[in-house]
Amino acid sequence: MSHMDDLIAKDIHAYLTAQEHKSFLRFITCGSVDDGKSTLIGRLLYDAKLIYEDQLAKIETDSKKSGTQGDKIDLALLVDGLAAEREQGITIDVAYRFFSTDKRKFIVADTPGHVQYTRNMATGASTADVAVLLIDARYGVQDQTRRHAYIVSLLGVKHVVVAINKMDLNGFDQSIYNEIEVEFREFAKALNFAEITCIPMSALDGDNVTTQSENAPWYKGPSLLDYLEHVDVNAASLDAPFRMPVQWVNRPNLNFRGFSGTIASGTVSVGDEIIVIPSGKRSSVKEIVTYGGNKDVAVEGMAVTLTLTDEIDISRGDIICRKDHPSEQSDQFQAHILWMDERELYPGRQYLLKTTNKTVPASVSNLKHRVDINDFSEVAAKTLGLNEIGVTTLSLSAPIAFDPYNINRNTGSFIIIDKQTNQTVGVGMIEYALRRASNVVWQDLDVNKAVRSEQKNQKPVLLWFTGLSGSGKSTIANLVEKKLLDLGRHTYTLDGDNVRHGLNRDLGFTKEDRVENIRRIGEVARLMVDAGLITIASFISPYRAERQMARGLLAEREFVEIYVNTPLDVAEKRDVKGLYAKARAGEIKNFTGIDSEYQAPKNPEIEVNTVKMSADKAAEMIVAYLEKHGYLSGFET
Amino acid sequence: MSLITDFIARAEVFAKESGQSLSTVSRKLLNDGKGLSRLKEGGQCTLKTLDAARAKLSKMEVELTVNSSLNMTHLDRLEAESIHIMREVAAQCDNPVMLYSVGKDSSVMLHLAEKAFYPSKPPFPLMHVDTTWKFKEMIEFRNRRAKAVGMDLIVHINQDGVRDGVGPFTHGSAVHTDVMKTQGLKQALDAHKFDAAFGGARRDEEKSRAKERIFSFRSEAHRWDAKNQRPELWNIYNTRVNKGESMRVFPLSNWTELDIWQYIYKEKIDIPSLYLSKKRPVVEKDGVLILVDDDRMPIGPNEKVEEKMVRFRTLGCYPLTGAVESEAVTLPDVIQEMLLTTTSERQGRVIDQDAGASMEQKKEEGYF
Repeated sequence: MSHMDDLIAKDIHAYLTAQEHKSFLRFITCGSVDDGKSTLIGRLLYDAKLIYEDQLAKIETDSKKSGTQGDKIDLALLVDGLAAEREQGITIDVAYRFFSTDKRKFIVADTPGHVQYTRNMATGASTADVAVLLIDARYGVQDQTRRHAYIVSLLGVKHVVVAINKMDLNGFDQSIYNEIEVEFREFAKALNFAEITCIPMSALDGDNVTTQSENAPWYKGPSLLDYLEHVDVNAASLDAPFRMPVQWVNRPNLNFRGFSGTIASGTVSVGDEIIVIPSGKRSSVKEIVTYGGNKDVAVEGMAVTLTLTDEIDISRGDIICRKDHPSEQSDQFQAHILWMDERELYPGRQYLLKTTNKTVPASVSNLKHRVDINDFSEVAAKTLGLNEIGVTTLSLSAPIAFDPYNINRNTGSFIIIDKQTNQTVGVGMIEYALRRASNVVWQDLDVNKAVRSEQKNQKPVLLWFTGLSGSGKSTIANLVEKKLLDLGRHTYTLDGDNVRHGLNRDLGFTKEDRVENIRRIGEVARLMVDAGLITIASFISPYRAERQMARGLLAEREFVEIYVNTPLDVAEKRDVKGLYAKARAGEIKNFTGIDSEYQAPKNPEIEVNTVKMSADKAAEMIVAYLEKHGYLSGFET
Repeated sequence: MSLITDFIARAEVFAKESGQSLSTVSRKLLNDGKGLSRLKEGGQCTLKTLDAARAKLSKMEVELTVNSSLNMTHLDRLEAESIHIMREVAAQCDNPVMLYSVGKDSSVMLHLAEKAFYPSKPPFPLMHVDTTWKFKEMIEFRNRRAKAVGMDLIVHINQDGVRDGVGPFTHGSAVHTDVMKTQGLKQALDAHKFDAAFGGARRDEEKSRAKERIFSFRSEAHRWDAKNQRPELWNIYNTRVNKGESMRVFPLSNWTELDIWQYIYKEKIDIPSLYLSKKRPVVEKDGVLILVDDDRMPIGPNEKVEEKMVRFRTLGCYPLTGAVESEAVTLPDVIQEMLLTTTSERQGRVIDQDAGASMEQKKEEGYF
């Protein structure tokens, strides 16, 4: 069988020692139905002499029964495992295959090309270092090719081999090969691959699979196996920041407290200073404990147990990081989600989100758009169905430690579990936190206006509506508040109705009382702005000085004066509450506009002329103003 | 001139030690895949180019030495993955158990469990479903190992089967395996209400195994639904089950038979001596050599007990496990023989010689 190494027969001890130092590569094969994936893997196993005699005998029998290759051995039968697949002649799930050469051990994820099985491809790609994309030379780059390339790039695979297969059917025509290569490289520009290698191939006959083909003398590159044996995927350099997600707390007795986990990136040495995210606690590494003895240094991929010099509280779900380079932490993210369940994703619904070591309740707060994987365009969507990919914002019930997926696959990925069925219904890749903690000293971070408003995803502001009675202030203010609510903002409206009856019920309408009225309203509004709210005040507020006083209570740009300009005669004609009539009749004293002065604003931020503009238009204009001036510039909704 | 020769020699050593091809190294050093071979054939380059390339090579050499001291071999990676899986179960499942079948895979799994939780003992018991027809040595070995590791050992025997006198000779292999093994296992898992059970199965063993998840969900009736498996991405495992449902967890999924043997050799793991050849009394039945392990073995009039140098490639019920004639008396001998042999492992197991998808069917019915 394998390893026709003379050493096996000659010196088995030397052989075993040599074999111990093999490296390891995981790759995925993908392509459309009938592009020949299973045949290719069967060919790799067959040519590497990895098929046992009894397996081969069985395949020969089966080939006659259900093979699709006439008299040739149908190598695809080697890898198409499940009975249902054999009948349909297609692969319906991810199958893992193992083979090794003298240089490397390989794990191949054989993934299906059929359109509804995107999720299986993502599964295979999630652990792959290299993707082998098959293209049938007869058809060139297909929709499926684009989809598969997109998915493997989304899952962070950096090295791609484009296996242009079935070249035997066109007599290894170089121009056909070139055309496909150019087309692929063109659309793949959008996909962030580190390296693309194209190989002309016939999996059926073995050209350029394990050995260089004589049928394509114009091709000077490596055969597929040659490429796989030599590709350098250790991008994970030792310089990457240290991360160890704590998986299990190791406590055999009161004298030992260790933290077990698999190192997600970087290296750690005894004595290194560490910080625990999200708690922010610090210590340094006392020992790196393993069954085989303590180590001085450990690197990415190793499963170890750390003990620390201080007794600090660490539990599963925490990530131990290098002190000067901690991971981020947040409870709100933007992330790509790939949906994997028949029942659709609904924004707002509670699911469980599981990262490498932590499970928290979470919901999609907003589905920004779906990605059309044929042309990578953004499509508006209300839900995500099976195999659909979307860009979403997520809200978690507790903060988690993480890194963006494109920086660290291990600490930037998560799965979504349905609470009722316990099924894995989706998977995601974190792009960035929506609420960024600018530095890592969270325990020192005060809760202040900036933090509160960041949490509400807005810049707090006081919108001060002034104008005559009946000018339409409250009508417009209510419409503005409604529109802001629709945009997911946090608001509150202060007006005569809710202030005069409580807080200010001791005040009348004399000039002194009017001033005190506005002062109190200004103070309350200031507290609300401090709480991070977009606060709306709707009062006649006739005197410039009082409005100026309210403005003075707030920081720059936190006071927006809105003058609802309705001429007295128009307001009096409207007289919605019948107040003008009463004032004219002398039943109400000190009524603004009748027997009390109204001082129109000189330079209001916004002026609304209700004679020329409807209330709805006015409200729209005000929201547009807020948008334009950055008051709503948290994340986009 | 000697600068160039020296440079080429160093580059060649580097290529060999880093496992990269000379053209790859050439590309990295000279930005030209054929550069080195041209220099080798007497080609020239400017001093400036050479100096830059030599500096680059020195840097790559340093990186290589640092890397190789920390490089993980494929066995290191498999080991780390298995440990990660075991810790995940210990941290997430309420009542896990490790199924221990006494074979070489179980031995590796037990060894990995010791490593995963060191200095703690593995936080779960071992369980062996005893069909009462196992090799005598397996039982002795099992008891000895459990004691040495210090883990609790649960032994379950299907008493219904014992009452009905079920055995491979009287009832045939299918009925015996179903009653004593499959039903016995279900009884034991139900009785102890285990929500996760480790098994030593590997994906390379058999085709339907190649598609099974590492965390494989089982319904309340212990059924496996091949078409409704949970997606398994990265190293994030969904361990959630409802009451009565359970997981089978396969920490050795990505190991191959050769990996197992190499690891046993490297880590000096204790395995039953049945794997090594020695003179043993056997009888040939239907072309398969069966060990006469006790006096329950019926010897037909045309059969005779012979002493032969034999060993076993898998261990199970002795009447259902064929011996192979062999001179391999040490572990390296066994590995050597395995590498030179050309029949796959499960051929020795009587249970597999049915129709193509039999294992898949058995698993749907609850066979491990």
